[in-house]
Amino acid sequence: MATIVDARGKACPQPVIETKKALKENGAPVIVLVDNDIARQNIEKMAAQINLSVQVDKTDDGAFRLLIQQVSSEVLGAVLNDAGEAISDMLDNMPAVDCVPCMPANVGKTVVVLSSNCMGTGDDTLGAALMKGFVYALTQLDNAPDTVLLYNGGAKLSVEGAETVQDLKILEENGTEILTCGTCLNHYGLADKLAVGEVTNMYTIAEKMSEAGKVVRP
Amino acid sequence: MQEEIKFCRGGGCTAKLGSAVLSRILEKLPKPTDDNLLIGTEASDDAAVYKLTDELAMVQTVDFFPPMVDDPYIFGQIAAANALSDVYAMGGKPVTALNLVCFPENWDMNILGKILQGGQQKVIEAGASLVGGHSIADSEVKYGLSVTGLINPNKVRANNTAHVGDKLILTKPLGVGLTCTAARAGEQKSSLDEAIKSMTTLNKYAAEAADEFEIHACTDVTGFGLAGHLHEMLRADLSARIYAERLPKITNARYFAEEFYLTAAAQRNRNAADGKIKFIKSDFATEELVFDPQTSGGLLFALSASEADLLQQKFINLGLNSAIIGEIMPRMDVEIIIEGKI
Repeated sequence: MATIVDARGKACPQPVIETKKALKENGAPVIVLVDNDIARQNIEKMAAQINLSVQVDKTDDGAFRLLIQQVSSEVLGAVLNDAGEAISDMLDNMPAVDCVPCMPANVGKTVVVLSSNCMGTGDDTLGAALMKGFVYALTQLDNAPDTVLLYNGGAKLSVEGAETVQDLKILEENGTEILTCGTCLNHYGLADKLAVGEVTNMYTIAEKMSEAGKVVRP
Repeated sequence: MQEEIKFCRGGGCTAKLGSAVLSRILEKLPKPTDDNLLIGTEASDDAAVYKLTDELAMVQTVDFFPPMVDDPYIFGQIAAANALSDVYAMGGKPVTALNLVCFPENWDMNILGKILQGGQQKVIEAGASLVGGHSIADSEVKYGLSVTGLINPNKVRANNTAHVGDKLILTKPLGVGLTCTAARAGEQKSSLDEAIKSMTTLNKYAAEAADEFEIHACTDVTGFGLAGHLHEMLRADLSARIYAERLPKITNARYFAEEFYLTAAAQRNRNAADGKIKFIKSDFATEELVFDPQTSGGLLFALSASEADLLQQKFINLGLNSAIIGEIMPRMDVEIIIEGKI
């Protein structure tokens, strides 16, 4: 038997609190009646946090009736089973076509070159903020670059205290190679300050760029 | 004497109407056209600014709401601090205030007296004069102020003039909505004293400390929560990146969120931010804190990175629970990016 919580005419957080109490005392399933959509959303939000499923329908007088219950393994199994069958049906019924790639195959690696701590020229304060935004945006791309090369002013982006270090670390954790020019670190007196990735030399920089499928220079 | 009044029922800024509903109505009204109106209805700013002379402008705002605490004197203080805050958010100095009162006719008038005393105490602390008011017999208590302030028209702190690369400083802890809701629902664990201390603190001190800095933009964080007021700050060319672990918060805020002391206003704030906000490596309590409606919340400043540390240090010296919470970036795929957990 489901416990019934009638929270119509009550303002948040009351419907949520009463539902929580009913779940605590009697366990699922619980049926909740609320008369406004925000209360419905708050109860659904709570149920999702404690891994319970919610089914909603509307009563004749416009209230919401929420059935909160356990997601049983049987139900879950049935859903997965249905999905599996649907996919195999779909594959069976697909017409045979010759696969013609509409994009050239992705040949070679993507190399991002950061040759300055500023993005673009004009105003260096703006440029620094833009560069920081660019490095952050790299972490959000679906296809992260294979390599980030940092030289000249770019070497200032991968050293202690640089605000870009955290995002470069995220890139590195996700498999991007972060390489900073050793000569440049020395030039700026930052040789012992590298905070992410490895030091590299001009040969490797030339090699990475030459062998790249695509070089990105912001 | 009836000390414990039972008038507290979803009060403070949790009682605000949703911003989505409001803007649909407001955009249908004709816009004022007076050239001396420096800040009017165009942007979603905290107060109106009207130029009187080249050196002097008037700041005007009004705010009132139902009680969020049971003590009428403290309620008066909070409502007044909240109303005065809009003037501080613009960079102005309050000079006069008028009371706005709704009160049940058959109640003990001493309760109203305490509310007004609390309000007046904050107006005096602000250095302004309480010069009158208007009262209505109503079934529910509501109180607030209409405040007029003065400002140099060249030093107005608009909310939508941040620069790329700016740091964001928030001057009060988030979570007062969750805290008051939990207290009202009878939660044993309480952070109410901490929330009351925060809500009764005038934003005067933070605003004055910022006077010697070049503030690019400022707003106060109130009913629409951090997400909503940050949204008002962000032009179409800007995004904000917020580091959740740095957010100043009321001690038990996470606990209250995880116990689901959820207000309707927080959910409306969440709905309003749909598609504009992205949480990365975050969790439910962090989301709730970002959407939590604040009563008499802090100021949110945008200023250059080189000045932010100094200003933050001044706030700490003033005893504020403030923090540098993030920065302004060029526009990304979404407006607001919240990273990590509180």
